[in-house]
Amino acid sequence: MNRIKQTFEQKKGSILSIYFTAGYPELNSTLNVAEALEKAGADFLEIGIPYSDPLADGPVIQNSSQKAIENGMTVKVLFEQLKDLRKRVSIPILLMGYVNPVLQYGVERFCASCAEVGVDGVIVPDLPVYEYEEMYRSCFESNNLSNIFLITPQTSDERIRKIDELSNGFIYLLSSSSTTGKNLAVSTQTEDYFRRIKNMKLKNPAMIGFGISNNKTFSKASEYANGAIVGSAFVKLLGCENYMEKIPEFIRSLKEG
Amino acid sequence: MNYQVNENGYYGTFGGAYIPEMLYPNIKELRETYLEMIADPVFKEEYLGLLKDYVGRPSPLYLAERLSEKYGANIYLKREDLNHTGAHKINNTVGQILLAERLGKKRIIAETGAGQHGVATATVCALKGLECVVYMGEVDIERQAPNVARMKMMGATVIPALSGSRTLKDATNEALRDWINNPVDTHYIIGSVVGPHPYPDMVARFQSIISEETKWQLLEKTGNSSPDYVMACVGGGSNAMGMFYHFLDNERVKLIAVEAAGKGVDSGESAATTLLGKEGVLHGSRSIVMQTEDGQVVEPYSISAGLDYPGIGPQHAHLYATKRAQYVSITDDEAMNAGLQLAKLEGIIPAIESSHALAYLDKMKFKGDETVVICLSGRGDKDLDTYMKYFNL
Ligand SMILES: Cc1ncc(COP(=O)(O)O)c(C=O)c1O
Repeated sequence: MNRIKQTFEQKKGSILSIYFTAGYPELNSTLNVAEALEKAGADFLEIGIPYSDPLADGPVIQNSSQKAIENGMTVKVLFEQLKDLRKRVSIPILLMGYVNPVLQYGVERFCASCAEVGVDGVIVPDLPVYEYEEMYRSCFESNNLSNIFLITPQTSDERIRKIDELSNGFIYLLSSSSTTGKNLAVSTQTEDYFRRIKNMKLKNPAMIGFGISNNKTFSKASEYANGAIVGSAFVKLLGCENYMEKIPEFIRSLKEG
Repeated sequence: MNYQVNENGYYGTFGGAYIPEMLYPNIKELRETYLEMIADPVFKEEYLGLLKDYVGRPSPLYLAERLSEKYGANIYLKREDLNHTGAHKINNTVGQILLAERLGKKRIIAETGAGQHGVATATVCALKGLECVVYMGEVDIERQAPNVARMKMMGATVIPALSGSRTLKDATNEALRDWINNPVDTHYIIGSVVGPHPYPDMVARFQSIISEETKWQLLEKTGNSSPDYVMACVGGGSNAMGMFYHFLDNERVKLIAVEAAGKGVDSGESAATTLLGKEGVLHGSRSIVMQTEDGQVVEPYSISAGLDYPGIGPQHAHLYATKRAQYVSITDDEAMNAGLQLAKLEGIIPAIESSHALAYLDKMKFKGDETVVICLSGRGDKDLDTYMKYFNL
């Protein structure tokens, strides 16, 4: 069974997923960071493929991507690094990246490489539903890869149903329509939206992401979804000195406050 | 051959709407309403009324006699430089501001390279009393200072794009990010035939007034509405698409699109997209993109801020792939000299962007009596500083 499904079925309590950029802060830090995150108690990971023009990202992830590219990170190098992934990390791994680097690597080759190294799912924010269905779906499915779609407070119920139908891992609920790295301000509107989604009783689990940075926002998100995803706040930590030593405390404080 | 967009937003294999879900509701709204709105007689009347009384259309089609004599052809200049605000960009912003108004949007955002699109956007926002925010690369803010001042005078906020190469590509990223963060009350007026569907088609339709007028003007002047050659420069490709639009299906008319070679196509400092690029996705559409093997977008270079873009619109990619239009490139030096030549021969100082189209005349061989129309997309006022430095004026 796909590790993502297993995690959602077996884990009691809220799920914590961490995003970080591959090749940041150092070209070869990718797997060390992943391993440390698992040890510290993260439930699954999203490894970002750096891209020169990350439209959906705020300054923190933009800068980490630029640095990673300067460090020499490419899709090819990433798959090289991930050859040892399953010797060192057992939790689910998703790759998150923009469509152009995937296209240049070759979609079929990309899916095959994911399957080969033990990646469980993919998030491509600028790959829309229509293009996914027409051109990519069969390749993802034949490699047993979950494709994760995003939804926002502006996404219509009809479209959410369609996305639920196409999804086979979880649905990525954006706390608001925003780029990454803004702080979540939970208003009654946001809560209404979270509640609306919860009441739709979707077949896929949901994770809330964008703007989750501390225990308070993580706990709030967990009330309405299966868990939450932390990105920019963790990438910021990776920019500090002795970042490896700081990972356990970062995860602990997210979970326990 | 069909050169127009299909119902899924594609021109052959190019186009589409590669956008994050956050932008989907806005793009869907545009997609479902733009054709109907543009076709609405009330919209049309207001659009054409503004083009006539505010922009000053029709723009003249001028037979440049001394230039014609030099090259041995009948060379006509389509004088988009005489439009209000000094370039073709305003044809599109007038159309889009009317759309935005009908969609009930209160806030307008735009990206700009040379500043011409930013100025044209600030202008129509002032006209309609709407809030206007323009993203502009930090590098371009320096080299196009007069346009920054013009935008500010008209009440726009100019925000420097500090990421990447700090030019047009990055300004476009920042505008898209702004739209993601302000999805409800904001309309994004894209300045060229780029972006997710329906933008390339929508902008092409608004710019198509250029070739629509050219046809009847030519008929009036020569008794024949089809020229032998139609030429224009290509940044994202909006003046070229407007200039080509009504000639696309008349295969006897040869279309020439001129890209910026910068310091030379092999110099590593160039913006000749069709020559140096590959198929890829940039700013929401699949097209031809200058990029590394790994799919990272390459930072382009041109002396002209308006052509300093690593992609072209998807319809251009289709015209290139089907060979309907010929894509060529001109270096900084060739363009600068062509600009100076037009000033000396015709008393017209062109934008450096437009000078690229003019410069290609030097590389053509005419059979004598052929008719050529060149889109003079803008005037050179904004570029005086660059001309002064280059020629030690
Ligand atoms: C005068 C002029 N011509 C051409 C361009 C290039 O844009 P496009 O290729 O969309 O016409 C610009 C862009 O700023 C411009 O100002």
